[in-house]
Amino acid sequence: MLSIAEIWPPVSLTIELAAITAVLLLLIGTPLAWWLAHTRSRIRPVVEAVTALPLVLPPTVLGFYLLVLLGPAAPIGKLWVDLTGTTLTFSFTGLVVASLFYSLPFTVQPLQTAFETVGRAPLEAAATLRASPFDAFLTVASPLALRGYVTAAVLTFAHTVGEFGVVLMVGGNIPGATKVISIAIYENVETLNYATAHVLSGGMIAFSFVVLLAVYILNRRFRVGRA
Amino acid sequence: MAELNLDIGLDFGAFALDAKEETIPLRGVTALFGPSGSGKTTVLRIVAGLERQARGRVAFDGTVWQDDARRLFVPPHRRAIGYVFQDARLFDHLSVGGNLAYARRRGGGADETLASEVVGALDLEPLLKRRPAALSGGERQRVAIGRALLTRPSLLLMDEPLSALDLRRRAEIIPYIEALPRRFGVPVLYVTHAIEEVARMSDDMVVLADGRFIAGGPAEDVMERLDLQPLAGHFEAGVLLDGAVTGHDEAFAMTEVDLGTQEGGAGGGQKIRMPGVDVPVGQRVRLRVRARDVSLATSRPENISIRNILSGRVLSLVEEEERAFAETLIDIGGQHLRARLTREAVAALGLEPGAEVYALIKSIAFDRRLLPS
Repeated sequence: MLSIAEIWPPVSLTIELAAITAVLLLLIGTPLAWWLAHTRSRIRPVVEAVTALPLVLPPTVLGFYLLVLLGPAAPIGKLWVDLTGTTLTFSFTGLVVASLFYSLPFTVQPLQTAFETVGRAPLEAAATLRASPFDAFLTVASPLALRGYVTAAVLTFAHTVGEFGVVLMVGGNIPGATKVISIAIYENVETLNYATAHVLSGGMIAFSFVVLLAVYILNRRFRVGRA
Repeated sequence: MAELNLDIGLDFGAFALDAKEETIPLRGVTALFGPSGSGKTTVLRIVAGLERQARGRVAFDGTVWQDDARRLFVPPHRRAIGYVFQDARLFDHLSVGGNLAYARRRGGGADETLASEVVGALDLEPLLKRRPAALSGGERQRVAIGRALLTRPSLLLMDEPLSALDLRRRAEIIPYIEALPRRFGVPVLYVTHAIEEVARMSDDMVVLADGRFIAGGPAEDVMERLDLQPLAGHFEAGVLLDGAVTGHDEAFAMTEVDLGTQEGGAGGGQKIRMPGVDVPVGQRVRLRVRARDVSLATSRPENISIRNILSGRVLSLVEEEERAFAETLIDIGGQHLRARLTREAVAALGLEPGAEVYALIKSIAFDRRLLPS
């Protein structure tokens, strides 16, 4: 049985999760990437390694520790329950928190590369033109790093859409709250509902391809424009 | 006259900059001259506040910009400087007009008069709509100079702005730069390792070698110092002569310059002739004569192709130990010439300070059309 009513909820939920995650991560990731690009601190490689951990860890490891940390028995999870009366685990908010960790490198790394490419030179020039450091960041570094922002946003969005293991462990499978596309596919395959699984999976392939294509085309256009 | 007071140090691995209690008076264009790696750019960056690791004290015209003793460090965006980088550093995401507006908005509001004055002085009007990426090297530097001026700086710092340009483009920009102090009332501190640029544009010069200041003063005086050669590397020794154009010989395309019409009567009225230059009679000019283009004779030579033979007296003589050469300084009636000879020739002619000589000048470079009056 194939119906919009069955397919749309996980799709819209996924888009919502990915969009919120991308926006929050750009806000969190920008200062972090800026620091990594400009610091001369000795702990920089440590921070870089921690930031990159989600790239190599099995999502179940991340999911397991997030489940423990966000659960009502842990301080953070308990504080959340005290404040809101709901648990972080098996909720949409919990999924957002988990996604922030899971997709962090996809925001930080393109931004860091972009800031490093911009370099100190234009910032020094801005300073000699009386621009404060924050002014220079907003009016010089950010526009010059625009390609990095676009890449970071697109990759973060796409990577969050493709999340499965962490979501399954932290969020479970609650329709309308935590049942995202990847979970829906898993469930449809389990119940031998291949038609729906095909639609969702095919859609994911098409979406992912278009996203990656856009990133590569954007990168090329910007590079030529800059030369 | 504004002054720059420096008491600074900075270590970069093997290189160390160390300048103790230096005072640089700033009028017109002051060249910060020295061979590559001598620390010129570092000094400029410290003045601008771009080297946070630098130690010491920096003050300009009574305003202290850095003083470690008082834990004071004014960040670059609060210093009244303009900085023209070697590589221009225009903002690629803005048009030329956008780059200028960026500086104008932040520089305490340069008014419309100054803005159009800057655009006019540097001929930027046709470039305003262009993107920096579409400009030639010379155009970029002109925009960078204009951008720096629009912050209304009290001191303009320029870091080898011509080094990335070919000879023709350099020649195009030099007139713009030498006019800046008079036109906009801002002193210029100009880093270069090209002595031709010093001769052409500078009123004063400071010589830097191995991270230390080794000489400073009016460009004419410093350039004729004999002792700087070994320290300043490929410092091409020579002197600058002031004079006035007294006539043109159309038939032979020669120009005559009188070295004696300077105020104070320096030069003793001796005349030199050089290949014709298009300068009106009466115009004051500055000429550069390299030490290796000057020969000495103890009697006036006859039947010789060299046209410029000036009588003079040996002022001082420095022999380079274990090498073939000697440098001499000759007084030609108030102004000075340098001559680079072999030690053998010095011995054969019996030259010593006080000796009467004739200086034979093989070639003269015309350096600057206008002298500050």
